[in-house]
Amino acid sequence: MDVYLPIANLAVDGLVIVALGVATGILSGVFGVGGGFLTTPLLIFYGIPPTVAAASAATQVTGASVSGVFAHSRKDGVDYQMGAVTVAGGMVGALLGALIFNLLRSAGQIDVVINVLYVLMLGTIGGLMARESLETLRGSKDGSTGKRAAKRRHHPMIASLPYRWRFYKSGLYISPLGPLILGVVVGILTMLMGVGGGFFMVPAMLYILGMSAKVVVGTSLFNILFITMLVTMVHAFTTRAVDIVLAGLLLIGSVTGAQLGTKIANFAKPEHLRLVLAMIVLAIALRMAFGLGVRPDEVYTVVPL
Amino acid sequence: MTRLLAFLMALLLAMPAFAQSEDPILVPDISQHEIVLQQGFTGATLLLYGAVLDPADSDAQYDVVVVLKGPSEPILLREKERIFGIWVNSEESAYRSVPSFYAMASSRPVLDIVDERTAAIYELGLDYLQLSPSGSIDPAEQQRFSEGLVDLRQRQGLYAQYDEGVEISQGVLYRADIPIPSNVVAGRYVAETFAIYDGRVISSATSEVQVFKEGFELGVEEAANDYSFFYGLFAVGLSVFMGWAAGRLFALV
Repeated sequence: MDVYLPIANLAVDGLVIVALGVATGILSGVFGVGGGFLTTPLLIFYGIPPTVAAASAATQVTGASVSGVFAHSRKDGVDYQMGAVTVAGGMVGALLGALIFNLLRSAGQIDVVINVLYVLMLGTIGGLMARESLETLRGSKDGSTGKRAAKRRHHPMIASLPYRWRFYKSGLYISPLGPLILGVVVGILTMLMGVGGGFFMVPAMLYILGMSAKVVVGTSLFNILFITMLVTMVHAFTTRAVDIVLAGLLLIGSVTGAQLGTKIANFAKPEHLRLVLAMIVLAIALRMAFGLGVRPDEVYTVVPL
Repeated sequence: MTRLLAFLMALLLAMPAFAQSEDPILVPDISQHEIVLQQGFTGATLLLYGAVLDPADSDAQYDVVVVLKGPSEPILLREKERIFGIWVNSEESAYRSVPSFYAMASSRPVLDIVDERTAAIYELGLDYLQLSPSGSIDPAEQQRFSEGLVDLRQRQGLYAQYDEGVEISQGVLYRADIPIPSNVVAGRYVAETFAIYDGRVISSATSEVQVFKEGFELGVEEAANDYSFFYGLFAVGLSVFMGWAAGRLFALV
């Protein structure tokens, strides 16, 4: 099924794009990550211009997270107070990100920086997740589960911040500055990398803020939803690279995939799921590292003047 | 085919009029003068055809070269270099006008037809493109950058060269098929046809192809550029609605 993309300026196989949407949708349904980290590189690999890929992927992630937010809010799994704080930070971050994006673009290093960010972020998080899920799996074989899941504590740095608030649903009494800063960082990443930032937000909420695991995925999706909406608007104004046809195709796939994903999440073992996600994340990090260290996809790149 | 026949008829009727002049006359045409970028467009093949009429010496063996060029644009070309083990952008070169599309077909390899100087004057072939760099003047470096650009665009299907891509029948009629990929930009494309004899271009003619968006595709492009705010809102609205609708649908299942 050939589809002509009016903004990307080329014809693609619509079914391939929908299938890509399904794959990322499943990821978002199962793990509460937006899946943008998978969409953007694969779209670029398929021949879509990088800015169009990043902008349209942000639009797609919005759609994939909507149904997730609804599903989690029905189960009382969204801490709106915490979400509001991270979204506020995210808005600042997205605008900062747009600034950084322009600076790097005029310096001619935007693609290099994006690749380095991908490798560092995905490599670290994928590695951590793989180690943890492997340890848990080994632990459950020994029959010693439940020992280390005693009580999550937030990072000492978070405890030292002033002006504490009570976040009832997250079970926290911490300064809002922590989540605010986290929001800013995720906002910058979203703007730069065209990702929702869920793969970064979920572990940070768990291990740095120490939020109750029950509300982590829902709150992260809530944050992603609003930040990607903002990023789509910023792209529509600055790069004008949102391709509505491309985004529509991705959406058809990803909203379906997201629903399938939540079903899978209900019966699959979380340790197995996390191991799978870790493997996917690591594979992409390796692919990017190869392009950065061994052989770039293209030695020459063309920028319109 | 009927178009081709009608064209030939017109040509024969016009012959006596041409007979006065000494120079051969080139009558080119293209199978279609418009390409619409829209749903279902996956590329096209243009047939460039025509005839070389030589009133003086009908036995002469001509060579024919056709060149199809897309609209030119100013670009910046960046080159990656490995620094401390990482490939980063280092050198760059600006070009004032680089054709967004270039395809050349010739009846024989270009250097068998003309010398290098002539090839460079008429920009016959990928090696002889005049890319008008505006920055560095080091010829070796310019050469490297030009080759990089040509190689990149060749792999994108935007630059191509077909040696022996022109078919000449009975020394008069010529035809060449030029494939157009789907990733071409909109604008005015110019087809130049050269009749070459004894290493000299003895006749040349141009014709045009307009490549443009229409209907839905044009609307989307204009909306994205002129009504950015509403376009962005629509994109956001669409994604929220589709996410919500899918949730409701699956809740029913």
